[in-house]
Amino acid sequence: MLKTFPKGGIHPPENKLTADTPIKKMPVPRVVYVPISQHIGIPAEIVVEVKQKVEIGQVIARSGGYVSSNIHAPVAGTVTKLDMIVDTTGYKKQCIVIRTDDKNESNYQEPEFPLIPEIAMAPEEILQRIADFGIVGLGGATFPAHVKLHVKADKHLDCLIVNGVECEPYLTADHRLMLEKTDEILVGIRILMRALHIERAIIGIENNKRDAIERFRERNPKGSGIQIAALQVKYPQGGEKQLIRALLGREVPMNGLPLDVGVVVHNVGTVFAIYQAVQHNRPLMERVVTVTGKKLEKPSNFWVKIGTPITDLLAEAGGVPEGTRKIVSGGPMMGKALKSTDVPVTKGTSGILVIPDDEASRGEPRSCIRCGECVDVCPMGLEPHLLMNLTEKSLFEKAAREDILTCIECGSCSYVCPSHRPLLDYIRFGKSITKQLQTKSA
Amino acid sequence: MTDSILNSVILLTGLGIVAALVLYVVSKKFYVYENPLIAEVEELLPGANCAGCGSPGCRSFAEKLVSSDDIANLFCPVGGNAVMKQVSAALGKEIAEQDPTVAVVRCQGSCEVRPKTSEYQGPRSCAISALIYSGETDCQYGCLGDGDCVVACKFDAMYMDEETGLPVVITDKCTSCGMCVTACPRGIIEMRPKHKRDLKIYVGCLNEEKGGIAKKACSVACIGCSKCLDICPKEAIVMNNNLAYIDPAYCTLCRKCVDVCPTHSIIETNFPPRKVKQEEVPVIKVEPVKPQPDA
Repeated sequence: MLKTFPKGGIHPPENKLTADTPIKKMPVPRVVYVPISQHIGIPAEIVVEVKQKVEIGQVIARSGGYVSSNIHAPVAGTVTKLDMIVDTTGYKKQCIVIRTDDKNESNYQEPEFPLIPEIAMAPEEILQRIADFGIVGLGGATFPAHVKLHVKADKHLDCLIVNGVECEPYLTADHRLMLEKTDEILVGIRILMRALHIERAIIGIENNKRDAIERFRERNPKGSGIQIAALQVKYPQGGEKQLIRALLGREVPMNGLPLDVGVVVHNVGTVFAIYQAVQHNRPLMERVVTVTGKKLEKPSNFWVKIGTPITDLLAEAGGVPEGTRKIVSGGPMMGKALKSTDVPVTKGTSGILVIPDDEASRGEPRSCIRCGECVDVCPMGLEPHLLMNLTEKSLFEKAAREDILTCIECGSCSYVCPSHRPLLDYIRFGKSITKQLQTKSA
Repeated sequence: MTDSILNSVILLTGLGIVAALVLYVVSKKFYVYENPLIAEVEELLPGANCAGCGSPGCRSFAEKLVSSDDIANLFCPVGGNAVMKQVSAALGKEIAEQDPTVAVVRCQGSCEVRPKTSEYQGPRSCAISALIYSGETDCQYGCLGDGDCVVACKFDAMYMDEETGLPVVITDKCTSCGMCVTACPRGIIEMRPKHKRDLKIYVGCLNEEKGGIAKKACSVACIGCSKCLDICPKEAIVMNNNLAYIDPAYCTLCRKCVDVCPTHSIIETNFPPRKVKQEEVPVIKVEPVKPQPDA
């Protein structure tokens, strides 16, 4: 019996169309649009000026505080504008526009990165390097990695969990990365274990990625302390709390962090970025993005420079097919529908999903029939129908008592609701108001 | 027979007397003194419990009025000066008179002038859609059209115009309680002085984009050209982030800015049709008539 988390969860059709397509390099874009707020926390501060020439990997925006991250130039070129560019939600955000220098060879010459298994750095150096090189959680939450790795003295840490679950349907970016960069990820895990002074690490991979599990088992040297665990296929297993529960049986306290149960969780993409930063001096400038969709001509996985417009990605995958209704940044469950394809790829963009007309519409909401489906599938043990009703009636204090803030916004409740009720829409709204009320009273 | 009737009469009377005594004692013993002025003031207030004054209801506002020494900064927008004068007389405290205000919707982005570029299928609530999304049009400042303000209005003074998709204020019913102002996630609705004949001039746009981008998203957007700023004789217009704002404290309602606005984003309401302008109109119309030679 494979491990999984006990409460709730769903299993939507996997649709992993690009599982067998190797990651291709995207051609270097002519212009990149680099937003200064690509991570959770304080936006970075711009340190370049218009018309300034920048080298590839140069810091163009410096971390604006502790929970913040550096941003590096993904291409060598000239800063043409500091402009406001539409982000995924349609609101305009501050952005650095760099025109690629055609003559600069560093843009096109792909340096070779031979595997360096020996780790030369001291733990403190590693942590500093991760902070300096702008590494953030690449699973989608984009939380600055150095903050997660900073373990307070009173906390006892004993295990690193590497998240290779990729439970979102359609997405295969992490899957392909695990297959193609297996050794690098294993070294990355050893780097993290050294930085955290721990002896144990587990890679959690869902059982629909058998090839990745076997590849890891093959390459993992004996006595490394790294364990590879196959997990039952269930959404949202990639959630931090669900993954810890599935692998270790430990329950993260309601308002607590994984550190409270002695665990740190990192995504495989983040681990690879850390490997590159520590062993090859390479800041986070590109990431793997899955461009997929049933009607798309060439659904593929790409290595994409941060700041590349999504239009370029779609063109590379064969263009937007006819009858497309919706384009989503991220997976189908938690992704955000895009308002414009001029939006650039950021550190948190894991996939672009093109949804045809017949699958894009939401059903007409009807009355709640009290079937309890949403309660059954909620991985956090909440009562989504109740939270929605309370929010609808503006009873936010009551909603706070029903722990509305512990919702991880996985969308399982809205997915299963037979009455097509917009459960998550309301809960998300309730959460934002509850947070406002709590900060006001604090 | 007569005995049983008599017995029950005596019993019930006795019970009644005992209960009355208990009630009397309790009411004396646990009597809470309350300033009779509170009830008196509450009687004067409109009783709408709209929370427009900042208190949760009329009763608590009455308590606040009675207990505070200085009530110059307290005001019931629904009752207006008339009610506040009565309150002042009843309490013997000074009040500050305020000009009556009325809600105005500062967006003219109807379906016609502001084309839709995307579609929203979530719950019809501005607050919810604003959380995830900048709206169905390319204007991230304008009305979302889901009618949170109409729901918030307790006086039925607002409705959604189905043709334009924008909320409309029924000026006669508006009590300027300000619930719509707080309900709007975009801050489109503003309280402006009502004046004598409900004359108003205001900029019907909040778009802070540069002219070209604003105009592309909405043809009646303020493009920040500053023409109104230059013509205003009272310097009542300020320009911030490519957006004009007419300060009602300085505006003398001369209507000069309305004429010069190239995108017609300045709105005038309830003015009589202008006589001078009617002479001007043909002058303007003469120009487009020029292609006559073709005919």
